[in-house]
Amino acid sequence: MIHAEGLTKVYQMGDNEVRALDGASFTINKGEMIAIMGPSGSGKSTLMSIIGCLDVPSSGKYSLDGASVEMLDETKLAEVRGRKIGFVFQQFNLLARTSALENVMLPLTYAGYSGREREDRARKALERVGLGDRTHHAPNELSGGQQQRVAIARAIVNEPNILLADEPTGALDSKTGVEIMDLFQRLHKENGQTVILVTHDSYVARHTGRIIKLSDGQIVSDEVNPNPIKAGTARTEE
Amino acid sequence: MLFSENFKIALRALRANKMRSGLTILGIVIGVATVVALLSIGNGATASITESIQSGGSNLLTISPGRQQTAMPGMGQSQTASYLYFSDYELLSRTLTGDITSIVPLYQSNYTAKFGDESFTTPVSGVMEGHAQARSFTITDGRFITDGDNKSLSRVAVLGSTVAKDLFGTLPPIGQTVSINGVKFEVVGLLEEEGASIGSPDEIIYVPLETGYSKLFGDTANRNGKKTVNSILVSVTSSDDMDAVSAQAEYILRRGHELKPSEEIDFNIMSQADTLETLNTVTQTLTIFLGAIAAISLLVGGIGIMNIMLVSVTERTKEIGLRKAVGATKNQILTQFLIETVTLSLLGGLVGILLGVGIAGFFSVMGLINSVITVDSILLAFFFALAIGIFFGIYPAFRAATLHPMVALRYE
Repeated sequence: MIHAEGLTKVYQMGDNEVRALDGASFTINKGEMIAIMGPSGSGKSTLMSIIGCLDVPSSGKYSLDGASVEMLDETKLAEVRGRKIGFVFQQFNLLARTSALENVMLPLTYAGYSGREREDRARKALERVGLGDRTHHAPNELSGGQQQRVAIARAIVNEPNILLADEPTGALDSKTGVEIMDLFQRLHKENGQTVILVTHDSYVARHTGRIIKLSDGQIVSDEVNPNPIKAGTARTEE
Repeated sequence: MLFSENFKIALRALRANKMRSGLTILGIVIGVATVVALLSIGNGATASITESIQSGGSNLLTISPGRQQTAMPGMGQSQTASYLYFSDYELLSRTLTGDITSIVPLYQSNYTAKFGDESFTTPVSGVMEGHAQARSFTITDGRFITDGDNKSLSRVAVLGSTVAKDLFGTLPPIGQTVSINGVKFEVVGLLEEEGASIGSPDEIIYVPLETGYSKLFGDTANRNGKKTVNSILVSVTSSDDMDAVSAQAEYILRRGHELKPSEEIDFNIMSQADTLETLNTVTQTLTIFLGAIAAISLLVGGIGIMNIMLVSVTERTKEIGLRKAVGATKNQILTQFLIETVTLSLLGGLVGILLGVGIAGFFSVMGLINSVITVDSILLAFFFALAIGIFFGIYPAFRAATLHPMVALRYE
């Protein structure tokens, strides 16, 4: 369902060309839960933005559900993002002074749902992340873990095929991080959604069934993780 | 996405920074308030000038001496003094045809009026019987100057309300004797108060014209061996005949003054319409001038709004990135920010209209000027504010809409 071939992204930094991504090829099947790993500067953020249709590659091919994406214009890309992809960010990126419910309703607003349907679906999404009783709280009235749950509810409210999380536990303490990982595993199991975690933390990565490692813009390894850690079990080092 | 949702987002953003929003719209508020107040006061001034001119008597032509000034004074053209004579009046009253209610001459000069210890200088007009009718005077007490007074050179006077008050205070003036330039006149009539207007009779003492020539005006009213007048008033019955009567009077006087066809006329014929037009041109110029100043303050207000919106776009870069990530298109972001700016400017416009109406009302209540608030001026101010909002909102909204989603999300 996700197919990338020779993805390259070149940034012009003054006189220097920076190859943030240098010929990455891979396929991610529907319903997989995978991690994209690499140190900072390895190109994983660039890869995430291309997978998430926030950006287009300089060269190479990228298709989503068999449809080519690299040629789409900004408006079409925005529509693809709204329909097929749910984002979760390290810093949650919730709108301040806006209730949890309204934050979750945001993607539906842009997708053109009616007011009543929006609210129903947002409420259900909040219930699924365990925040059914916090719908009217503003972000500053919620803990970090709760804020990330709201962000996850916002990502799944449109029932996208792909859940794309960028260091989702990076801003949380380890206990809350485990809860969030548990939530991702649960959502993956319940809905068969494709979950892609972008992280530099191998412990987080080992919660998934497949780990792609990036270095200097190239894929250095792409391995199946036969025994994913079940969230909540004691932390072990590799 | 619906307009109402964008509007809600805009209101939320503006509420989040109440102080800043308030200060931002201040420029628009002041600009719109000035426009509305100035237009209302200007309209009021025009209306009161019109009213005061029309109250001077209906369908009145005023003929006065003097060449029409076509060249700048002192530009080499010799300006010989010109006069209107009593004989011009006689000529006109003899030969002017058409539907004319009355023709009356007037000689006016300033003299010292004295009664008891009261003494002051005031205009004194020598008039004939038809004057009261030509000027639509109302007599509150006694009578006006009559033809009989003129024939018998009676020393009688009719007083304007202010003069009567100043001379006699609470004393009934009728029957009293007032000394004008040392000549004694008996007060026989009082005029109703007309209020401050062009040519108001309130400050004037009226005496018979012939009495004036023989006992009061002396040599100053005598030029080239002939009696002069300050003006000749022609009261025309129907306003439709004004132009015809005016043209006829010009023709008669031109011949009477023995002017060659190439020469310019040495007198002026003004109708109230002419006077109105002249004055309205002045008030209109003033209104436009002041309006332009107000428009500039609106422009400055608009720039202030644009400035704040640019700051706001920068501050909310992350929010814009997030909105784009969850599916907002370029157009949706553009609309959101444009509506925010328009909401700001319209809010400023509404507050400004209320303030402007308040200022105009204050002027009326204080009795300074009877301002007239028109729907036109309010609509003008409103749409100007709207246009400012759209014009100055486009650029910040465009900046927001074209932010790259990835760059915006990572903005710190």
